[in-house]
Amino acid sequence: MIEIDHVVKRFGDFTAVDDAHFSIAQGEFFSMLGPSGCGKTTTLRMIAGFEQPTSGAIRLDGADVSRVAPNRRDVNTVFQQYALFPHMNVYDNVAFGPRSKKLDKATIAKRVPEILDIVRLADFAGRRPAQLSGGQQQRVALARALVNLPKALLLDEPLGALDLKLRHAMQFELKRIQREVGITFVYVTHDQEEALTMSDRIAVMSDGRVEQIGTPAEIYDTPATVFVAGFIGQANLWPATVTSRRGDSAELTALGVAGLRATCHVDGVDANASAVLMVRPERVSISATEPTGDIQRVCGTVTDLTFQGPIVRLALTAADGSTIIANVDPDADLPMLRPGDMVWAFWSTDAACVLPTQPQVPSSIRSTQEN
Amino acid sequence: MTSIAAPAPVRRPRRKRDRDETGVRARRWFIPYLLLAPGGLWLAVFFVFPLFSLGRLSLEDGGLSNYSQVLSDNSTVIIRTFTYAAIATLAAIVIGYPLAYVIATKGGRYKNLLLALVVLPFFVTYLVRTLAWKILLYDGGPVVGFLHNIGVLSESQGILGSPFAVVAALTYNFLPFMVLPIYVSIEKIDWRLLEAAADLYASPARAFRKITLRLSLPGLFAGTLLTFIPAAGDFVNSELLGSDRTVMIGNIIEANFGREFFRPELSALSFMLMAIILIGVAIYARMLGTEEIA
Repeated sequence: MIEIDHVVKRFGDFTAVDDAHFSIAQGEFFSMLGPSGCGKTTTLRMIAGFEQPTSGAIRLDGADVSRVAPNRRDVNTVFQQYALFPHMNVYDNVAFGPRSKKLDKATIAKRVPEILDIVRLADFAGRRPAQLSGGQQQRVALARALVNLPKALLLDEPLGALDLKLRHAMQFELKRIQREVGITFVYVTHDQEEALTMSDRIAVMSDGRVEQIGTPAEIYDTPATVFVAGFIGQANLWPATVTSRRGDSAELTALGVAGLRATCHVDGVDANASAVLMVRPERVSISATEPTGDIQRVCGTVTDLTFQGPIVRLALTAADGSTIIANVDPDADLPMLRPGDMVWAFWSTDAACVLPTQPQVPSSIRSTQEN
Repeated sequence: MTSIAAPAPVRRPRRKRDRDETGVRARRWFIPYLLLAPGGLWLAVFFVFPLFSLGRLSLEDGGLSNYSQVLSDNSTVIIRTFTYAAIATLAAIVIGYPLAYVIATKGGRYKNLLLALVVLPFFVTYLVRTLAWKILLYDGGPVVGFLHNIGVLSESQGILGSPFAVVAALTYNFLPFMVLPIYVSIEKIDWRLLEAAADLYASPARAFRKITLRLSLPGLFAGTLLTFIPAAGDFVNSELLGSDRTVMIGNIIEANFGREFFRPELSALSFMLMAIILIGVAIYARMLGTEEIA
């Protein structure tokens, strides 16, 4: 549907997007996630037509649109600051696109109120943008784009200007609207929680490169790089030395313990090489006695305990001095722990991932999870 | 650091009256008026009073018939004056809008330099600038010579003394008053609105019409007033570059003022000039739509 084919974008010496290569399926809610300056907005602007790729191609339904002007592309954008026309009321803002396309008046008069209904702004058609709240302006921006029934809707941090509560409400609202209209959404955000909640698939970007593409669960459970593991959710990241690797499983030394086993889904992790071991804090369990079974276990000294409501956050120091963070259930069957106590931290083998030390991943891996 | 520390606020006992906010406000109601007073006084002494006496003078020796008298005596001049001012204003829009647009949108880091160039001629006094045109346009001068050579003008024709010279000089003299307000209003347009328009299938022409032009109307309006009003009241351009054929209202007032001080007819003519301009401005504002100008 939308194909980003080895796209590079340079501004002078600066490479904003470095060989992005992926495709977005019809009807998908696709997010580009990353810190500011990672190239996600530039990629979106290239899809919209405001920027042209330095090399590579962008295809919409198979047609190369890399050099096509924005007004001739069948995609619409919801801008970060909305960019509503201040001198027009809500109705005229929404009708702007259909009027540009020279749709007949009857169609416009029918479709604009319909879309205002969907975004629940039917009563505000006569207002100017300045007379609306932030959330309402946001929905006008959405309606103004959706009314054109584009092939894809491009959203550039659309909820960034809203307060937290409204943002949560709008996340559900956006999902509902996307289901209702069935249009492909390409969503740019730096908020990992937002991306995990809403997306069918996420492209995690950093320094102009696409680090990983996958479903929220894939990205979270099996991050491809240290960057992805650290950027999305919390992660224990420990230096490790790989002793052997066979397929998806590796044996390594970490936390001062030899013979730990972990899963490995990426290239670049070889025997006798240094690597990074990743375990999510909520996958780490704590036991006062040595646990048994098909699990990985490490002994550590409690250094800190923090009650955080639904979880208790435990910090341990392992034999090699690394810190182990464990998020445990306050109701867990544990004796009263104090700093200085020796406990066992353990996790199931599939909760542990080995990642290459260098955050470079060959493109063959990055694209394995494409459609 | 003690010297920097703020002194502890001394709480003076509050009177009942200023306990609530409205009370405080009520106590200081006169402050805005106090601030207005110097400007207001200035206007009263140097604008309202002379205007009032001018109005009274215009009604002496014949009352309102003075007006019909000057109107019939000077109808050609009145029509000519406003035609010249209108053409000069239109020409200033045609020249000034693209100029302001290019400086505001494409000027980049040269914006201020380009604006300075627009204003630069105004470091030379109005009179000298206009006299310079006289040198430029005289019959043996370079401009006329060139136009003779390429056959635009026949050998017997010149530029000096023609309506063209007067209107062109009016345009030139008031152009910056057109360019600057338009520049300001275009400059503050959020360029993302134009991206949004392009995103919503508007061609560049439609985006210009619906967004840029609309949002620059306040500047266009201000520029028009700043050009049209002084152009309609001007006498210098016609005096220096024109002839008997190009006499404007300003010339009549100026020519008669020195000799016979102010006669009722002259006052009536001045008032008429002012009235026509005011009515014209009101109609113009209605046409543009008051909301756009606010």
